[in-house]
Amino acid sequence: MNAFLEIGLIHYIVLSSLLFTIGTLGIFINRKNVITLLLSIELMLLSVNINFVAFSAYLGNLTGQVFTMFVLTVAAAEAAIGLAILVVYFRNRGTIAVEDIHMMRG
Amino acid sequence: MLAYFIVFLPVLAAIYTGLGCRIISVRHAQIVTCLGTIISAILSWVLFYNVVMQGAGATVEILPWIHSDEFMVNWSLKVDQLTAVMLVVVTSVSALVHVYSVGYMAHDEHPQRFMAYLSLFTFFMLMLVTANDFVQLFFGWEGVGLSSYLLIGFWDKKPSANAAAMKAFIVNRIGDFGFAIGIFSVFMIFGSVHFADVFAAAPSKINETINIAGMQFPALDFICVMLFIGAMGKSAQIGLHTWLPDAMEGPTPVSALIHAATMVTAGVFLVARCSPLFEYAPHALMMVTAVGAVTCLFAGTIAITQNDIKRIIAYSTCSQLGYMFFACGVSAYSAGIFHLMTHAFFKALLFLGAGSVIHAMSDEQDIRNMGGIWKKIPITYALFWIGSLALAGIPFFAGYFSKDAILESAYAADTNIGHFAFYMGLAAAFLTALYSWRLIIIAFHGAPRASDETMHHIHESPNIMLVPLYFLALGAVVSGAAGYYILHMVSGDGAFWQDSIKVLEEHNVLEKIHHIPTLVKLSPLIAGISGIGLAYFLYMFRPGLPGKIAAAFRPIYKFFYNKWYFDEFYDWLFVRPAKRIGRFLWKIFDIKIIDGFGPNGAAFITRFSSIRFGVVQTGYVYHYAFVMMVGLIGFITWYIYRSLG
Repeated sequence: MNAFLEIGLIHYIVLSSLLFTIGTLGIFINRKNVITLLLSIELMLLSVNINFVAFSAYLGNLTGQVFTMFVLTVAAAEAAIGLAILVVYFRNRGTIAVEDIHMMRG
Repeated sequence: MLAYFIVFLPVLAAIYTGLGCRIISVRHAQIVTCLGTIISAILSWVLFYNVVMQGAGATVEILPWIHSDEFMVNWSLKVDQLTAVMLVVVTSVSALVHVYSVGYMAHDEHPQRFMAYLSLFTFFMLMLVTANDFVQLFFGWEGVGLSSYLLIGFWDKKPSANAAAMKAFIVNRIGDFGFAIGIFSVFMIFGSVHFADVFAAAPSKINETINIAGMQFPALDFICVMLFIGAMGKSAQIGLHTWLPDAMEGPTPVSALIHAATMVTAGVFLVARCSPLFEYAPHALMMVTAVGAVTCLFAGTIAITQNDIKRIIAYSTCSQLGYMFFACGVSAYSAGIFHLMTHAFFKALLFLGAGSVIHAMSDEQDIRNMGGIWKKIPITYALFWIGSLALAGIPFFAGYFSKDAILESAYAADTNIGHFAFYMGLAAAFLTALYSWRLIIIAFHGAPRASDETMHHIHESPNIMLVPLYFLALGAVVSGAAGYYILHMVSGDGAFWQDSIKVLEEHNVLEKIHHIPTLVKLSPLIAGISGIGLAYFLYMFRPGLPGKIAAAFRPIYKFFYNKWYFDEFYDWLFVRPAKRIGRFLWKIFDIKIIDGFGPNGAAFITRFSSIRFGVVQTGYVYHYAFVMMVGLIGFITWYIYRSLG
């Protein structure tokens, strides 16, 4: 009981796995909106960040935390670009419903 | 040095007018080309004088052409007696035709191009006759073939002209194939293509043989037969003659220059030039005699049934070329060349006269639609008479001397083939007179059969067309006598020709013609006069008779009228099978097999497989993401499994 209540590495890993799975399912199951897709990707990135930070603290090595900074930066940029693409896409095609985005269909 | 100007002035004029034909004016083009050929003609006469009177023949090397190990060919100009005669004939007739064309082509759309082609032709012909080796001769040979093609098809909006041009080109290729094999064989046997080397070595090669597909042939006979096949193509001898009548689709000056006076005589020139080879090739000589003799009668029979004024004269040319060949065949090369020279003048005269008639009759060529025009164009009529008298061999006109020399030589050769040629030639002489006067009487006399409008328009040609005719008429009158009495072209000692023509002592028929019976000597004249008489009787006094005769001998008449069915025969034997093979290769082999398995097959496989693979691409983002995820998990599983295992 004691061991379970004390917050340790396992808890962080479980949390990040859950978040990652939710993000993944968000991509697969979501059929409505591209914005949701972006959010799901964001969620997956954050779960990875939690993993990094957790291992960084656990191993006493700062590299993981530094890497998190990079990931956050990239995630922010990605969100900005992704939204910009969406706006342009909507302007051109009049929709951002996932079912309608299939121009690459062979 | 003179030879340079003679040969290269026409080509300079041709290049200048040819390249500038869209820029320079008609008058400009005419002046340049006419001047080029006229100067060339005058210089030729000077050169002729130098060579013949002073024996100043020479060979001028210009440039090396092909040097490959033993095979050496140079561009050079060889001038000897034979060449000098040819130069005079070619440049004179060419210059006159150039001037004539100024008038004749006045209403054409592209006189510049026409003049350029004419000059180009002249250049190639001059290269041919001044060649010092077989390869340069072949160059000129092909060049005149090309110019002939261009000029026959000059009116390229007429499908018939295009067809005739192609026919001429293709039939000539067949002859050229033989010629090329002849040249290869010459190089194989002699190791050189220079005339001097080859001719000097000829006597030592009598016993050489050539192995063709396991059969041994005497080398010299084989070479000469192959060269003669080339000559047959160019000179329209029986079998390869079919292109010549069709070539009359070209403008009339072209017919006069190329298809009567100069190019078609190239074959005769070739045989005469190669006389040192032919002299040692008895079988080839027999073939030459036989082909020449058969052609001269065969073409004559066709000519009496034709109705197109130019075709009649074309078949007449064919027939006269036959005379020249069988003269060469009985070793009377000088008589052949002599006839070539006189023929050039009177045949060019006849053709240009015919052109003058056609011009007057508003482009009518069928003699059945003429008639009754001699009073309206008396000068043309008189010139036509002169040309026909020379052609029929009436005394003291040019043809009399040369044709008599040929027939007498054939008789004097005293061989079976020689006698055969003599009788064929005699019959042809009769036919020659018959068809010439048939042409004159039907075309010029009788009641007018043309429409009133055409008759109203009839006018004598302008001076620019008539003056060349006067010169040619002069040639048709005096060239025979001059060649016979002054230059002694056909004397037995061959003093005029020196080394340019070689005749073995036992073949020297010209020496023997003094000993033949008087009746034989008179027979060509009798044949000619009776031909004229018969023509007058049939067409002038009993105009209904020819139709009855034709009806009575209908099969023979149809046979002659349809030109012995040569065209139909070739069509059946070569053209249609070739078309069938072509169609098969096109439809089955090319489209089905090559295209089917080649480009189209590859394209089909690519298209088919891409459609199949394309179905996999749904275009939905979550499908791609899913596949990525599955792949990633797969990899990870694999690595974990590996690291554990």
